[in-house]
Formats: sequence, structure tokens, C-alpha cells
Amino acid sequence: MLYAFLCYNSEEIVTSWTKAEDDAVMAQLDVVHQKLAREGRLGPALRLMPTTAATTLVKGDEPLIIDGPFVETKEQLLGFYVIDCETLDAAVEIARELARANPGAGGYEIRPVRLFLPGSAMK
Amino acid sequence: MTDMTWIDAALTSARPQAIGALLRYFRDLDTAEEAFQNACLRALKSWPQNGPPRDPAAWLIMVGRNVAIDDVRRRSKQEALPDEEVISDLDDAENALADRLDGSHYRDDILRLLFICGHPKLPATQQIAVALRIVSGLTVKQIARAFLVGESAMEQRITRAKARIAAADVPFEAPGPVERSERVAAVAAMIYLIFNEGYSASGGEASNRAPLCEEAIRLARLLLRLFQTEPEVMGLTALLLLQYARAPARFDQDGAVVLLDDQDRSLWNGPMIAEGLALIDKAMRHGRRGPYLVQAAIAALHARAARPEDTDWAQIDLLYATLETLHPSPVITLNRAVAVAKVAGPEAALAMIEPLAPRLSGYFHFHGVKGGLLLQLERKDEARIAFDQAIALAGTPAQAAHIRMHLDRLVKDNA
Repeated sequence: MLYAFLCYNSEEIVTSWTKAEDDAVMAQLDVVHQKLAREGRLGPALRLMPTTAATTLVKGDEPLIIDGPFVETKEQLLGFYVIDCETLDAAVEIARELARANPGAGGYEIRPVRLFLPGSAMK
Repeated sequence: MTDMTWIDAALTSARPQAIGALLRYFRDLDTAEEAFQNACLRALKSWPQNGPPRDPAAWLIMVGRNVAIDDVRRRSKQEALPDEEVISDLDDAENALADRLDGSHYRDDILRLLFICGHPKLPATQQIAVALRIVSGLTVKQIARAFLVGESAMEQRITRAKARIAAADVPFEAPGPVERSERVAAVAAMIYLIFNEGYSASGGEASNRAPLCEEAIRLARLLLRLFQTEPEVMGLTALLLLQYARAPARFDQDGAVVLLDDQDRSLWNGPMIAEGLALIDKAMRHGRRGPYLVQAAIAALHARAARPEDTDWAQIDLLYATLETLHPSPVITLNRAVAVAKVAGPEAALAMIEPLAPRLSGYFHFHGVKGGLLLQLERKDEARIAFDQAIALAGTPAQAAHIRMHLDRLVKDNA
């Protein structure tokens, strides 16, 4: 079974780390990453930019594009894509396409990726 | 990270919200600050034992308020008659606390605190000092070091500023839309001042002043979280990130200035640049271009260029032209001239800055740029005069050293 691990922390605190503090945390995590990678169990991993860099499409008859993260609490995180987009406008277009294919409630939060580790081939 | 490091970070990040709410109850900066300090002391005792609260800011507000109210009650018991007015004010405070837990005042509380600290009636240096002391929680000693003044001088500066704030009488009602956007603009300007105070430091002082830049970025992000849809706040945050991303390459080992063209671009901070670019992308979708966003877009064009010769100077020239119409200023025209020199040659740039002489004759960079352009045109004697004037006006040893390097080259060429 593949499992996704969603990382939660206080953005305010994490973005206040000095570069040295940030590097230290990443180095500690990398020890775990390396071990999993050697075992052929590590898939793609991402570090996202802060929610201040997010743009959200809220589904509806006329999809609404708003600045900031998806904040509704009625819906839960059900999945995510990683898609290469030239610009934010292009990314918004893709979100519209997804919303047309899967209309109803919820939405898509578009978050630029800060760090992308492609991961090893899964066994 | 250890628990104490976490607590320290949690107290720092809860600070603006907690002091902002306490300020609304007590309507006095000193009381709010003291209540927050008392709450922090209790947090340091309680959190390691009982674990951190789910919402540190709400915990600190509640405890800070209760401790301050107990103090008032104790004091009023010692007096002959209870102060009715104080007691009824406290009822208001309880109602206000319920409001705050709904989160409805959260945004205006922080904005009010930031606005009070960066009140337009305060001189720039006082705005910066008060904001760093109260919002960021830096010690007087840390601030004094960043400003290169003694601790007691800084203490006095902050005390004077607080007296002015009390006299300025900022209203405590929730602001209307126009007033709110005026406050956002004033706070953005204050954050930019803090950043520049750190960024304009010369090589030797840069490391002492780097915390000012980092603090400004933290405050810009805070403002952006409060006003997620404001393109100018996105622009400001992007501008600070893009400029600060270059900090590791701006000075050489001896503390001398390294010009943009000569910087080792591999030292630039990639994630900061990426975040700045993402914010500009977001802001551009609004179709309104304010001065911070345009400046950020200029910084972005530098950041996007892998090598100096890849820089899109024509686009930079256009953006400076936009900035000139938004904010006519001889300094902006001077900056534009640098782009014009790259696009249309030094002659065109020189023609552009010559009319600025009456207004910029006392400005270091004017003579520096002029000297550089004259040098490119092989007008060496005039270049030397301009460089001499620049040195006489240099604000930092690094600025003077940089111009002297040009002069030395002139002397060598003539020899």
C-alpha cells in the first residue's frame, strides 16, 4: 500500500527560521529520506511555498479565483497533483479544466512548489 | 528543535496578535506590553510542564488580560473607594475577549498595533525603533546595536516615540475601508523603512543589521497573511525577498561593495527568489500596478537573469518609466538612466540625468552614476570631478571605497 504523508506545522514559525536553522532541519530530514530512498520506498516529496503564495479556485456555477489558501472546513484534502506550468495563469487554467471535469463542491488550491524531490523508482 | 526553542518561536510569532488584542482592551501601549510580558513569564513556567496550548496567542491574551485585571483589582482594594469606571471598562474587556475568540477583531488588532508603531507622525528612525521593540520584541540592546547607538540613547528614543504615540490618539474602533487601506499603506511604508535600514548597511555592519531585513520580511509576510488580496502587499513582500536574496553576494570578504554585474549569482538565495517571483505572478493578475509591485518586477528581472548580460534592460527601462509616472522623483529617473545607458547608450543616459543636477547635487549616487557614464564616454576629466564629488558625499566607507576604485583605475589608465 502506498501512503501519502501530509506535513503540518506553523507557517509563521517555519518561515521565521534562519537559513542555518532551516538547513539543519532539512539535513535531519534528509537522513530519513536517504534511508527510505535506499530501500526503494520513497516516492516524490515536495516542500510547498507559504500559503501567502497560494491562489485558490472555489468550485461553483461560476468558479471563483481568490488569493490565498483553501480555508473551507467542510471539505477535506482528498488528493493532489503536481503539474508543470509556465505561469500562474496557466495553472489557473488547468484548475478550471479540472473543475469542469469534476464540478460540485470544494476547489483547488494552487501552491507553488519550493522543493521537489522526484524520489526513487518504487519497488 | 528543543522545546524551549519552540516556545521562544511561538511567543515571538504570537506577539503581534497578543499585544494587538491587549492594546484594544487596555488602550495603552505600556499596559499592553507589560500584560504580554507577564503572560510570557507564565508561559515559560506552564508550557514546559503542561504542554503548549493549541492556540498560543489566545492563551497569552487570556492570561495577560487576567493578570493585568488582578493587578488593577489589587490596587483598587488598597484605595478607599473602588474605581467604578475601571470596573465597567473591564466588563467591556470581557465582551471584547469573546469577540476576539471568534477571530473577528484579529486582523484589525494587528493592523492597529503596526499602524500605531509606524505612525506617520513619528520620524522614520522612531517608527523603526518602536516597531522593532514592540511588534518584533527585539531588546533595546539589539536595536541599539543595529543602529550603532548606545543603549541609553535608544531607550530614550523609544520612550519619546511612545509619548508621541499616546498624544497621537489613534482611534480604537474598527476602521472603515478607506481608513483601513490608509493604515495598510502606512504600515507597508514602515516595513520598507525597516528593511532599508538593514539593507543600506555597508559591508562591515551588514551582519549586525541583517536581522532588520529578516524582521521586515517577517512583518511583510504577516501583513500579507492579513491582507491576502492586496497586490501592493504581495509586491512589497516580493520586493523584500528578491532584494534580500542577493544579500550573500553584495559584499566581498573585505566588506567592499560588489556591484550587481559582478556578483556571484550562485550565492543568491534560490528559494527566496522563487517565492518572490510567485508573489509577483499572483499580484500581476490583479491588473493594478503600484510602486512596490513595479519595483519588485524590476528586481525580478535582475533575479531571472542567469548572467548579467541576460538582463532584460529594455523591460527594466519600461518599468522605471511606469514608476516615474506613479511616483515622479529625480531618484527614480536616475535609476532609469542606468537602464537607458544599457539600452540606448551612455550619451542618452547622460542627457537624461543632466536636468536632475539642481535637485540631486547633494546626492552621492547622482555623482557616482554621472562619473560612470562620463567614463564610458571617455570624458575622463569630467568623470574625475564627478567621482570626487561622490566621495565627498559618501555616506559609508564602502561607498567611498567603491568610487575610489574607479578613480584609481582612471589614474592607472592615464599613467
